[in-house]
Amino acid sequence: MIVTEHLQKSFGPVKAVRDVSFVAADGQITGLLGPNGAGKTTTLRMLYSLLPPDAGSIRIDGIDPQRDALKVKTSLGVVPDARGLYARLSARENIAYFGKLHGIGKAALEQRIADLSDQLDLHDFIDRRTEGFSQGQRVRVALARALVHQPKTLLLDEPSNGLDVMSTRALRDMLLRLRAAGHCIVLSTHIMQEVAALCDRIVIIADGVVAADGTADELRQQAGTSELEDAFVQLIGSEEGLLA
Amino acid sequence: MNRLFTVFDKEMRDSLRDRRTVLNALIMGPVLGPILFVVLFGFITGKEMEKAEETLEIPVVNAELAPNLVQFLQQNGMLLGAAPADPEQSIAEETHDVIVRITADYPQQWRDGEPAVVELLADRSRREVGTTIARVQRLLNGYGSQIGQQRIQLRGVDPSLMQAVMIKEIDLSTPESRGALILAMLPYFVMIGLFVSGMSVAIDTTAGEKERKSLEPLLINPLPRWQIMAGKLLATTAFTLISLALTLVAFVIGVGFIPAASLDFRLNLDWGMALQFWLLTAPVALIAAALLTTLAAFAKSFREAQSYMGLVVLIPMLPTLWMFINPVKPELWMMTVPLLSQSLLINETISGHNMPLDWKLLSVASSVLFGVALALLAASLYQRPKLIFSNS
Repeated sequence: MIVTEHLQKSFGPVKAVRDVSFVAADGQITGLLGPNGAGKTTTLRMLYSLLPPDAGSIRIDGIDPQRDALKVKTSLGVVPDARGLYARLSARENIAYFGKLHGIGKAALEQRIADLSDQLDLHDFIDRRTEGFSQGQRVRVALARALVHQPKTLLLDEPSNGLDVMSTRALRDMLLRLRAAGHCIVLSTHIMQEVAALCDRIVIIADGVVAADGTADELRQQAGTSELEDAFVQLIGSEEGLLA
Repeated sequence: MNRLFTVFDKEMRDSLRDRRTVLNALIMGPVLGPILFVVLFGFITGKEMEKAEETLEIPVVNAELAPNLVQFLQQNGMLLGAAPADPEQSIAEETHDVIVRITADYPQQWRDGEPAVVELLADRSRREVGTTIARVQRLLNGYGSQIGQQRIQLRGVDPSLMQAVMIKEIDLSTPESRGALILAMLPYFVMIGLFVSGMSVAIDTTAGEKERKSLEPLLINPLPRWQIMAGKLLATTAFTLISLALTLVAFVIGVGFIPAASLDFRLNLDWGMALQFWLLTAPVALIAAALLTTLAAFAKSFREAQSYMGLVVLIPMLPTLWMFINPVKPELWMMTVPLLSQSLLINETISGHNMPLDWKLLSVASSVLFGVALALLAASLYQRPKLIFSNS
């Protein structure tokens, strides 16, 4: 479970995150929805302890990422926006590298990679170098890499950017399976359909501030509209970023 | 600590798959220097030897004015070339290297017992004719002093009176020390190699990783950042050490191709010495790796990192340049200066001087200390979040 309270972060004069508070429960998929530049990636980076917040607090299963970064990291799986695979290593080597950095033994690691390539359908390309992979293949490998140590919490930054239908399905199935297994999942996105289809809870962020927070139905009610998209526009007060 | 070696292992594997890195660090770097050295040196010595032994064929203008002199020259192995119509022109056009011209006043001056003028025409700015000029000069001087001695003797004076001082040069240089003058290039090549060979690995594992955005997911793994940095640094060090070993091997093999014995010097570089040099300079590999990694970690991109590297190449040149400008006798304190101590130790050893063991140990110890300090600095850089996101 993730609890954040009044997070703030500035880069020089730019206030990327001004006031973000939300709770992401276990067994749920929480979507951070917002236009580009709303502060979603910065919020995620604070969650996975790469950036220290200027103010506010974060607790992931009761641990403060700033005070005990290493401990938080053992229970976190992260798929960053840029994926960041090593082009000269095969998909298997990419996954195994992070597995070893998590201290997984050789036999257990092999088994784990075999399971993941079943679940995410990686078999066709697992022993190829990742150079030249499609976006869909990249995301699936990055997701397998993030899950190699069976983390309790999964954070995904814009996971469905540039994905084809098959990869989107593989990703969605995987996330639903993890939710059923009781994992805490947070993803950031600016794609409305994704939020509607996947998320149990939606946190709308605009301009570094949480504009609204609730289930899809609650948000529709709150805005007094029948379409989620209209609710979104109403709640953030502009149409900016929706088409990006 | 195991995970540090996981990082090391991955960076080695990754780098070894990068054709550009392998080509630069393990093939071009180690082999190019020695080949350049052997080819250049072989070319120069070959040319010198050729010039020194080649039969002189020198045109003599107005040869009929000095039949005696011409006869002397011919007796001493010089062939008489056909005199060109315009000697100055033919020197300028490089059809002849050297021309001897007997002046019109020569017969008169000779009869009067005055110094008879013989002109030697050559272009001194052409360095390759230096040997030929010297040989012709030696012949002409030989003739002059032979005639001079005869004249004095005829007057009943002992010719040795003319020689108030006789200079007797006793050359105590050994074939090894003469060879060392040539091998003085070796530390230069070794030091530059140490700094150049690790460059692409250092950039690729830091600035390159930042640029490809794989640094962020890497840092989310549960290991202290200094261990990540240390693993990368070790990979750069390992590449440098392999490259250094290959350079030394190439030098030992290359030196075998130089016809040293026929030039009366010995190129004192064998396998045992190469191993010793490798051990002596190994700490510099750590220094170079730490320095390169620190610089590259500051850079936002591959290109920015590469632009810093141009300056880094100057560092290994400093001690050698200093030694060229200001040749010194090695002193104990110099052993505490990294790069300088290794350059001096290599130079002294190839000159055939045995350096005391405690000097070598001091050099190794101080360089290791310096390298570890730099490595700690590099590792501490990765603790700063600013460094990671400086391009985003």
